[in-house]
Amino acid sequence: MDRFHFGKHSSSQFNEEMESIRTNMMEMGGLVEKQVADALQSLLTGDSALAEQVLQVEDRVDDLEKKIDEECARVLALRAPAASDLRLLIAVSKCVSDLERIGDESAKIAAMALKLAEEGGAPSGYVEARHIGNYVRRMLHSALDAFARFDADKAVEVAGEDEQIDIEYRTAMRSLVTFMMEDPRSISRVLNVIWTLRSLERVGDHARNICEQIVYLVKGKDVRHISVDEMEKKVRGKP
Amino acid sequence: MKMISPDVIGQRKESSEVASKAKMSARSVRVFYSEVEAIKGIDLDIMENEVIAFIGPSGCGKSTFLRTLNRMNDTIEDCRVEGTVTLDGQDIYDPSLDVVMLRAQVGMVFQKPNPFPKSIYDNVAYGPKLHGLARGRGDLDEIVENSLRRAGLWDEVKDRLDKPGTGLSGGQQQRLCIARAIAVSPEVILMDEPCSALDPIATAKIEELIDELSSQYSIAIVTHSMQQAARVSDRTAYFHLGELIEVNNTEKVFTQPDHHLTEAYITGRFG
Repeated sequence: MDRFHFGKHSSSQFNEEMESIRTNMMEMGGLVEKQVADALQSLLTGDSALAEQVLQVEDRVDDLEKKIDEECARVLALRAPAASDLRLLIAVSKCVSDLERIGDESAKIAAMALKLAEEGGAPSGYVEARHIGNYVRRMLHSALDAFARFDADKAVEVAGEDEQIDIEYRTAMRSLVTFMMEDPRSISRVLNVIWTLRSLERVGDHARNICEQIVYLVKGKDVRHISVDEMEKKVRGKP
Repeated sequence: MKMISPDVIGQRKESSEVASKAKMSARSVRVFYSEVEAIKGIDLDIMENEVIAFIGPSGCGKSTFLRTLNRMNDTIEDCRVEGTVTLDGQDIYDPSLDVVMLRAQVGMVFQKPNPFPKSIYDNVAYGPKLHGLARGRGDLDEIVENSLRRAGLWDEVKDRLDKPGTGLSGGQQQRLCIARAIAVSPEVILMDEPCSALDPIATAKIEELIDELSSQYSIAIVTHSMQQAARVSDRTAYFHLGELIEVNNTEKVFTQPDHHLTEAYITGRFG
């Protein structure tokens, strides 16, 4: 951990630039977390105004992504950062893509919420959406928390939760398919809930990607495309 | 002459590299300037055909260590070297060894280009003549042309070989010094901040040259420019207060160094 004090450069301006990038990324993380929560809320309560708001805030998420990427590119070009500084910039640049995609998924959920509000709601699927939604929100929150603390162990733990989400998603899918088979007239409305579940499951995947970037940032190890067990082994191994 | 221990210090355990041989080996090298210990026991190998960069803050001993590799420290009064340095297994501090021969085998290029106040031709021909490497004028002409070609300077100077070397630009002078060093068929070339007095274009040419020369020679380069170390070297050694802190593949040093002192230095968090 003591290697990750991003201040302490001889150049105070470099310190400020790195700090600004981190702060902006955390701000974007907070904003995206709220987007997921609001989108889910709008779906569960049929709150069209809230769903509209999610769609509007989406632009701010996109702007932050562009702003942070621009800052990263500038520091890369002007400061030629190395080692942990370099890894932070690469990790941030990849994480903001994931955050932006999470923003997109939130917007999709909000769009579904609007549609469902117009159609008078779906006959089934809300319990599953609430359940998976809360799970995913906790996971995203923990991932961003691990990033803020540069905590690779926590990141691996959080990445492991993605598997549970996938299991919940498949279970929910089976029960909703059964429901639609029994009541074909509900298919179009239930499908809207299914798209929502799909979006939530994708948010879990993006949160896992963020966790992988935390491990890269802290340990310098690439843990993409491997199982959580292998990830654990790599993190516990010699740095 | 001491035996070299079979384990190669600082070498990465990768099959492609284990196959390569150590060209020079330093073991427990200590250097004292009167009572001050400038180098505190360094073990390091320079492999065949590798470019190794020495980096570290001023006064860390990197240049001093570089100079122990061809006994340039002999010229400094009060300087004492302990430990062993071998070239192809031969102890270079053996009293019976011819130092002039050694410096032909282990050539050196300095921070400031220092051509002799002679013609371009004579600058390059001086070494081969001294060491009797040429059997006649034709032989010598060939060595001069080859050396200048390898130093990437031939096309720029072939029409004015009789003009003084000091009349060339800084970058050309430095390449002339490199041509002079390679004219005597060295095995190792030591470079002490060879680009610090050059502009970026001349620097780029020297770096390109280092890359080409590494197919035939081992090159050890001291540089204050970390980006230069990153660009030209296969391995990077970080020195700190007379000690060798870390030596690793350059890519590893600049992305995830093992030692926190290396990290602090290359990320600019020093002092």
